[in-house]
Amino acid sequence: MTLLKEPDFGTPARPGAATVELTVDGVAVRVPPGTSVLRAAKEAGVDVPKLCATDNLEAFGSCRLCVVEIDGVRGTPASCTTPVAAGMVVRTQNERLGKLRRGVMELYISDHPLDCLTCSANGDCELQDMAGVTGLREVRYGSGVDAGANHLDLPTDSSNPYFDFEASKCIACSRCVRACDEVQGTLALTIEGRGFDSKVAAGAGGSFFDSDCVSCGACVQACPTATLQEKSVVELGMPTRTVLTTCAYCGVGCSFKAELRGDELVRMVPYKNGGANEGHSCVKGRFAFGYASHPDRVLEPMVRDKISDPWRTVSWPEAISFTARRLREIQAAHGQGSIGAITSSRTTNEEVYAVQKLVRAVFGNNNVDTCARVCHSPTGYGLKQTFGESAGTQDFRSVDESDVILVIGSNPTDAHPVFGSRMKQRIRQGAKLIVIDPRRIDLVRTPHVEAAYHLELRPGTNVAIVNALAHVVVTEGLVDREFVASRCEDFEAWETFIAQPEHSPEAVADICGVPADKIRAAARLYATGGNAAIYYGLGVTEHSQGSTMVMGMANLAMATGNIGRPGVGVNPMRGQNNVQGSCDMGSFPHELPGYRHVSNDDVREIYEQLWGTPILNEPGLRIPNMFDAAIDGSFKALFVQGEDIAQSDPNTQHVFAALGALELLVVQDLFVNETAKFAHVLLPGTSFLEKDGTFTNAERRINRVRPIMAPRTGKQEWEIICEIAQAMGYPMQYESAARIMDEIALTTPTFTGVSFDRLDELGSIQWPCDVDHPEGTPIMHSAEFTRGKGRFMETVYVPTSERSTRKFPLILTTGRILSQYNVGAQTRRTANVAWHSEDVLELHPHDAEVRGVTDGDLIALSSRVGRTELRAKISDRMPVGVCYTTFHHPVSGANVVTTDNSDWATNCPEYKVTAVQVDLVPTSVAAVPEVVVAGGK
Amino acid sequence: MSSGVPPYVRLANEIAAQFAHRAPAEAATAIANHLRVTWDPRMKSALIEYARSGGPDLAPAAAQAAHHLQAGS
Repeated sequence: MTLLKEPDFGTPARPGAATVELTVDGVAVRVPPGTSVLRAAKEAGVDVPKLCATDNLEAFGSCRLCVVEIDGVRGTPASCTTPVAAGMVVRTQNERLGKLRRGVMELYISDHPLDCLTCSANGDCELQDMAGVTGLREVRYGSGVDAGANHLDLPTDSSNPYFDFEASKCIACSRCVRACDEVQGTLALTIEGRGFDSKVAAGAGGSFFDSDCVSCGACVQACPTATLQEKSVVELGMPTRTVLTTCAYCGVGCSFKAELRGDELVRMVPYKNGGANEGHSCVKGRFAFGYASHPDRVLEPMVRDKISDPWRTVSWPEAISFTARRLREIQAAHGQGSIGAITSSRTTNEEVYAVQKLVRAVFGNNNVDTCARVCHSPTGYGLKQTFGESAGTQDFRSVDESDVILVIGSNPTDAHPVFGSRMKQRIRQGAKLIVIDPRRIDLVRTPHVEAAYHLELRPGTNVAIVNALAHVVVTEGLVDREFVASRCEDFEAWETFIAQPEHSPEAVADICGVPADKIRAAARLYATGGNAAIYYGLGVTEHSQGSTMVMGMANLAMATGNIGRPGVGVNPMRGQNNVQGSCDMGSFPHELPGYRHVSNDDVREIYEQLWGTPILNEPGLRIPNMFDAAIDGSFKALFVQGEDIAQSDPNTQHVFAALGALELLVVQDLFVNETAKFAHVLLPGTSFLEKDGTFTNAERRINRVRPIMAPRTGKQEWEIICEIAQAMGYPMQYESAARIMDEIALTTPTFTGVSFDRLDELGSIQWPCDVDHPEGTPIMHSAEFTRGKGRFMETVYVPTSERSTRKFPLILTTGRILSQYNVGAQTRRTANVAWHSEDVLELHPHDAEVRGVTDGDLIALSSRVGRTELRAKISDRMPVGVCYTTFHHPVSGANVVTTDNSDWATNCPEYKVTAVQVDLVPTSVAAVPEVVVAGGK
Repeated sequence: MSSGVPPYVRLANEIAAQFAHRAPAEAATAIANHLRVTWDPRMKSALIEYARSGGPDLAPAAAQAAHHLQAGS
């Protein structure tokens, strides 16, 4: 693919039918009402010169280049700010207009350094382009240093790790300022001064790094000159080719243009036609790709007999044969069920599918689980029980039609920033926001966004509060009776249950710590405010009642009729890029691809026929069960695909004990991570820049991941899996990742219509995609639920057994931060560490004061199961009695203190509720956390 | 948390707590169904064995569910 320049229509598209006809340079064109003349001209095939206009921003009308003549209209109006009218006759080019534009360009150029040949934007500069288009040949006012007053001596701000602000090249078009407002919603940039003194400033005029800038890159993308430019472009030069691919960070699944020179990745630019992101990005996807070429990458396989031995670098055949031989030996000695695998949400659907096939067809058991176990397994369970499908109901675009947005246990601006921006824009347009979270997350109050209600509940009381919301709906006559009667079942029993006084806001107020009247008001708003949508995250699922809470939210949505159309729904915010896909691909131990239970004879027969081998009809071990079984001696070998379970899973000492007890641990990863320290085999993996396959995002959108370079290890990860299978005696072979997808489509009803060719044609597809939905399904459960009738489930509030005591008086919750991702394996190997170089513990000033802790102090964090040390951050966004940290850095290792508690239905760990104590560490004590030494085998 | 109770017993008790509001027989059936659908055979066998040997730490509904599993009902 060559350099992909997306057409720019100058102003945003307007919704509705194209009913207004006008003529542009003699060409008739029909557009929706409200469309600008500039856009209509582009749609008629006429490019009008422009500088301040671009189609992801509202018209601004400042540059005066897009002037046109319109019959019956005096003067030369700016075509970007002039809406079309029926019968309008427009001329975009003649001598008069040309002269005007050249005049404008002369003024711009007179205050611009004419260093085009050495400029970093050479070849990608709209100012340069417009000088050419307008036929500028001379500048009567002089130029550069020969001109009069100018801005050529303004300094360059290089404070941001990823881009420079070269103020001397700024033409003050405000595109960056408007992008920060209209696209990102952060409003970190402004125009400072007036008239000739106007200049772009970050915040109050400090550096970009010290401002509110979130480094999403929207300003860089919007800049028509070299003023805001990626440092990578400054250093390497302009890219020469583009490959369209998908970000490998969070579950938003942004489409990016990987722009390269040869095989050298220069920059990642968000793709305007990307279904999930529509041209927007965040600091991770946009800039944090350097980990792929980091020197820590392992590129050759390594093996060792005991984990106390040094690694031996070996050839691929030796690594494959060692792995296959040891797996078979262990099975021979300890039984067929003594081995298993964990798949990764950071790998492609095809790679996950290959691993679960390896387990089922070659290992001969169902001991395969995925890292979604520890994040969104309650989503799969809860939504399957109530709606019949283990997935969120809406596309991201749906939020544009929400009138009430209920955010529970999710921090979109940090964890899903591109969608968070979209949500903020909708709230700024007037949608009401309810936030249910112990912390005052940014969304509660940020520029031009303020939650109508923030229910600051105590950690662990989600179910009590969702029941109270439903209680209000039922007892105050707010049920959508028609929807419930026609679309749902088991309502009467649920209505009786939820109407019980124990679920009233007054009864649960003391449990949750939220005043009853606030709960009532929020419930009324949700039920009566128009289209109401629920967005939730790990603050819902990672509890001992995570599945109950998911069902509670589904009940609430059904009771109020908020399912089955744009603007409503129940939407899990998936943490990693392919959480949805890894679940879809059958990597839960009780489900084959498409969430079909292994006991289903008809489904097993499909795979048994195709794979030519029997499939066990009993569920296998989940991840926590694998750890327990490893410790009790019945589970001996584990293949871990791209996950760092030693850092990410709860109760680190327990995980270490399990890993240390294994006879064989095979890790497939980019780096020697914490888990690999216990491994006997390290099979180097491919980064997303080398992968060929698909990711499925939080809105069920299947996106292509295209390789921009050959695998640096020489092999795709699915090829390695196939080779292990072959070495174990099973003929597993594919020509390409596309053929794996063909097999997925052949065997999985919801993927019937999916293929690489179809994805290339449509861009992306939201499953289900079948004969009835050939282009996918953006909104689920429109006419009926997947299971037929939506089912109301009784959701009893059973408090967690984890309690605060005098010894452990605080409750710890964990989460994410914008600049880092998951265990930090990727982002810690990028310049993102400039923002978050270590995990810190946030706690309320009161809790800090009574412990004598001040900001930045080293503190000891201890729970019933472990202890670690990290720095304190005093923050009044924390409620009293609750503290918070991230788990991005292995040095602090927050999971040293988290417990074995888990969701009753799925074993999803209860990361969000750990009773802890915080003590000041005397400055004389070394700040090195204790290291648990693994046993050698 | 490690409390000396085998993991499968702790997990079974946690499931039982979710069904504690139901009548005992109904709860036991629901628990057994859940275990049947989601648990690995070795965990089910261990639970059955634990219940058969008296199961001092097993909630009554979970013990009854183990009997259902054993009986295949």
